[in-house]
Order: sequence, then C-alpha cells, then structure tokens
Amino acid sequence: MIVLIGILFLVAGFALRLNPLPVIAIAAAATGLAAGMTPLAILGSFGHAFNENRYVSVIYVVLPVIGLLERYGLQQRARALIASLHGATVGRLLMAYLLFRQLTAAVGLISIAGHAQTVRPLLAPMAEGAAEKQGVIEPEPRARIRALAAATDNVGVFFGEDIFLAIGSILLMKGFLEHYGILIDPLTLSWAIPSAVCAFLLHGARLMLLDRRLARGRRR
Amino acid sequence: MIGLPFVYTLGGLMFGAYAIAGWRDRANPRRYANGLFWGLLALSFLAGDRLGDVGNGVLVLALVAVAAPGLGRGVPATTTPGERQALAVRHGNRLFAAALIVPAVALIGALAFRHMPALIDPKQTTLVALGFGTLIALIVCMAWLRPAPIAALEEGRRLADAISWALVLPQMLSALGVVFAMAGVGEVVGGLLGRALPHGSLVAAVLAYAIGMAVFTVLMGNAFAAFPVMAAAVGVPLLIQGHGGTAAAVASLGMLCGFCGTLLTPMAANYNLVPAALLELPNRYGVIRAQAPTALLMFVANLLLLYFLAFPR
Repeated sequence: MIVLIGILFLVAGFALRLNPLPVIAIAAAATGLAAGMTPLAILGSFGHAFNENRYVSVIYVVLPVIGLLERYGLQQRARALIASLHGATVGRLLMAYLLFRQLTAAVGLISIAGHAQTVRPLLAPMAEGAAEKQGVIEPEPRARIRALAAATDNVGVFFGEDIFLAIGSILLMKGFLEHYGILIDPLTLSWAIPSAVCAFLLHGARLMLLDRRLARGRRR
Repeated sequence: MIGLPFVYTLGGLMFGAYAIAGWRDRANPRRYANGLFWGLLALSFLAGDRLGDVGNGVLVLALVAVAAPGLGRGVPATTTPGERQALAVRHGNRLFAAALIVPAVALIGALAFRHMPALIDPKQTTLVALGFGTLIALIVCMAWLRPAPIAALEEGRRLADAISWALVLPQMLSALGVVFAMAGVGEVVGGLLGRALPHGSLVAAVLAYAIGMAVFTVLMGNAFAAFPVMAAAVGVPLLIQGHGGTAAAVASLGMLCGFCGTLLTPMAANYNLVPAALLELPNRYGVIRAQAPTALLMFVANLLLLYFLAFPR
C-alpha cells in the first residue's frame, strides 16, 4: 500500500500546478524508498530509463524546419488557403483531418503527422483561419480552437492505430495473452474497428455542433 | 549501420546549438538557465550511453534543478507578422510543399528502409527516416529561401523555448513509470481492485476492468502500463476464464478504455501537455479540456462494445 505514496504526490503536484519536473523526481524517490530501494538504486534506475527513452524526444529534430518555414509565412499561408476555400469551416476541416489521421494510423503511418510536424505549422492555423471566417476573433476562443486541433490529432491516432497489425499495443496484448497460454492471431484483434467508427462519429458530431454554435453566434 | 545513434547525434547537436545561442541571448533574463538546460539535454543525447546509470540519474537531477524555478524565453531575431504576411503571398503554396518534405520522407523511408537491414537498423526505420527527412527539408529550404546560415537553428530555439521544460516531461514520466513498475505499484492497485469486486457478476467485472484500465492509465499516463496489471487482475481470470469472453475482444477493447484515460491525464505529457506548450495555449490543461467530452463518450462506447460483443449469449 505504502508504495502508492508516489501517486499521491503526483496528483497533489498536478492539482497545485507545481512545476512537474521536481514533482516527478520526488514521487520517484518516495515510491522507491517505500519499496525498500536504496537511494543510489533509485537514481540509477531513473537515469537508466531516462536515457533509454530519449527516442520519445527525437521528434523535436523537426523544430528548425518548422521554425524556418514559419519565418517565411507558412502559418499565414495556411490561414489564407482556408480563407479562400468556399465552405471551409472549423468542423469540416478538423473532421477531414480526423479521418485522414485515423486512416493513416490504421495502416501504421503514425509519424507522418503529429503535433510538431503538422498541428502547429498547418492544422492549427488553418483551424484558426476557418474560425475567423466563422466570426471567432477573441484570443480566448481562438486558443480553444487550437486546443481542439491538437485534441483531434490525439483522437485520430488513438482510435485508429489499434487496427494495425504491427503496432506496439497489439504486440503487447498478443505477448501478454500468450504468457497465459491464450494464443491469438493478431488479425482477430480488429475488434478496434467498431471503436474507431464510434470515435469518428462521436468526435465528428462534436465538431459539427461546434460549427452550428459558431453559426448561431454570428447571426446574433 | 544507421540507427538511433544517428538521430541522437542530430538531436544532440541541435540542443547544443540552442544552448550556446541561448546562453548568449542577452534579451532573456534567465539566459544562463536556458543555456544550461539545453546544454544538459545535448549532453544526454550525445553522451548518454557513456555516462552510466547513476551518471544519467545525476544528469536528470541537474536538469530538474535548473528547470524547477522556471526557464526564460529567448528572443531570437525573426520576422514580424506583417513581414510573414508578405512572404506568405510571395512564396505561396510552395511553402506547403516544403512543409510536407519531412512527412513524405518519413513515410517513404519507413517503408523503404525495411528492405535495407544491412544499411539501416530495421527496428528504427521511422525515426531514422524522420532524421533524414529533416535534413533534406533543411537543405531544400536553405537553398530555396536563402536565410542567414544560423536562421534555422535560431528559429528552432524559438520553438524549443516555447515548449521549454515540457520537452523532457514525457521522458521523465516514462522513467517514473519504470520506478513504479520496480516498486510493484501495479500489483497493489490491481489487488485492491480485484478484492473490491463482487463475485460472479459479469456487469461488475466488466465495469471494474474498464474503469480500472481508464483510472490506472490516468495515474500512469500510459495504457501499456495499465494493461498487464488489469488484465492479470480482472481481464484474464474473470472475463476470459470466468465468463468465457473472447480473449482478443477483451484485450483490445480494454486497451481502448485505457486510451480514453490517456486523453484525460497530464501524465500523458507528450499528447496533452507538450502540444499545449507548442501551441502556446494560455491554459496548460487546454488540450485535455478540449478532448475530455470525446474521451468520456468513447469510454462509454468502448464499455458497451466490450459488454455486448465480447461475451457469448
């Protein structure tokens, strides 16, 4: 039971909006100590895992390219393109992206899009451009539109990728069940398809409702 | 063979350049902190494998100590919104073509490199392809737009300073997950949930498994950490062996319940906190707020799919 103390620290840290880095370090130390690990062992295993997980930060090598293109007006161009498209709305744009992200993730093409590569330079400014056409000009609702663009990317990946055969989570499930003597063919894991359809319909419905809300606000 | 070390070297050199430029940026009142932070990260990328486990632990503590009081933001020279408007008109849709080089090379590389195991590490094809895509895009942009030679690095530093310490959060949280696993946190949570369950009821077992997956994922930030625990505590013994559920359906719909938890938690930093920083949202939890309704609806959907599709009736 006492090893759960780390989780308590984390929840408190996030709730109080403290800087998460020291909160995580303290949570790790408390959990390790509660489990009877020596301070040096905790430090070593934390450092080892931090080093092994560098690959999650590798995506940031694209930042110089994205920044350079922003310097030459990429975001402005993305906004102008949407403004010139007749009938483009935030909802329709994000729904099209959702479908694109789900379909490409379903065949395993996870890293061809994402927050650094496509959401910041292209999708978010396009969504803002469309929202502007629909009458959203205040900074606060515009920030919410940007947040929704990032959220749509997440929803698309999460409820698309599990259809693919070689993705990490499917291999994990297959391996885990094998450990219990349950053999399954990865193909039978396509149980994720109905869930993916639900994700498209439910998130898509939210996006359509947003369009309707924006249209109403404009008429008023 | 080209593998992760190539991409790490690329990242290390990039962070190293941010460190030097950040240190020298007099417009940033916390320039020494920024310089140190990016410098330590550069050290981690370039020499992490030679530091040893405790050495890496000390490096992490140093990163935390530098970042805890907060980092500043560098002020690299860049174009004004007005200039960008004019440049956007001049360069037109070719800007999109340039922006699509990275994803296009990542895609082609990920597919092609699988057939070159002698040349490219077959386990790391996507990340290597991403590295190549970045280099090619940089070369094309430099040749086409002809910015000052250090412009790309200064622009990269501008974005990196916007993300700030959130950039290392995902790595920190995965490391915390490893410590949790060593301490047996999962077994304790699984045991608690298993004991709280009334015997024999399918509805109760399905609820415990689905809610357990979501809650545990919220705590750990990762459905992959929750799955083995919840599947061992409830999924396999009760749902599959006890109630004759289809193993593949129980596993995959349970995992998807976990993904709903991922959408709701700051612990999944690379999906939820980093994009909030990257998009410069005023609220750190803005992305979580935007996707929470979808996450809750999807949780109900997955719960119902699990209950109605996975069991013989």
